[in-house]
Amino acid sequence: MSTLSEQIQHVIATEPVVVFMKGTPEMPACGNSLRALQALWSAGAPIAAVDVLPDPRIRQELSALSEWPTIPQVFVRGELIGGADITEELHASGELQARLDAALGTEREQTVRTLELALPA
Amino acid sequence: MASTVIRDLLERAFPGAEIAVDDRTGGGDHFQVTVVSSAFDGLSLIEQHRLVNAALAAPLADGTIHELRIRTKGTA
Repeated sequence: MSTLSEQIQHVIATEPVVVFMKGTPEMPACGNSLRALQALWSAGAPIAAVDVLPDPRIRQELSALSEWPTIPQVFVRGELIGGADITEELHASGELQARLDAALGTEREQTVRTLELALPA
Repeated sequence: MASTVIRDLLERAFPGAEIAVDDRTGGGDHFQVTVVSSAFDGLSLIEQHRLVNAALAAPLADGTIHELRIRTKGTA
């Protein structure tokens, strides 16, 4: 089994848009995670979500990789876009949609999925 | 209390900046910071926020700051 860090890197590298959040899209556990999700959804993003709450090691490994201390963290095509504030601000200016269009094309299916990481014992 | 610490850290990192620190809930751990500084001129939003996160690394790491909202602006 791959390490947690490897799994996180894999998700970031392979998911077109991934948000590491507190809770799930169905049941967000933090207002900022909800704000990031709403901005992504409004901009027409297909969203993959990873809940960092099941194990504190997820957040530790993620922040070590991204050098970003807070949750949520939004990645588009492997690149960290930012947290809720940046995602919201980019959405308000129309730049988020432009970046999604550039990264994913304008014809994309809008879906929301929650990804489960295999937690080491 | 924590607001003062945060303001001091930001003033040290961004001398001469226009800084606002708002305790959003009154509980001393949910903050909104606004920093307007020439240090941000020419930087992308994520680079600007990285500088703020770096300035507040200690209170972010030790849990003094439970939630942080950031707004940054350059002066150019």
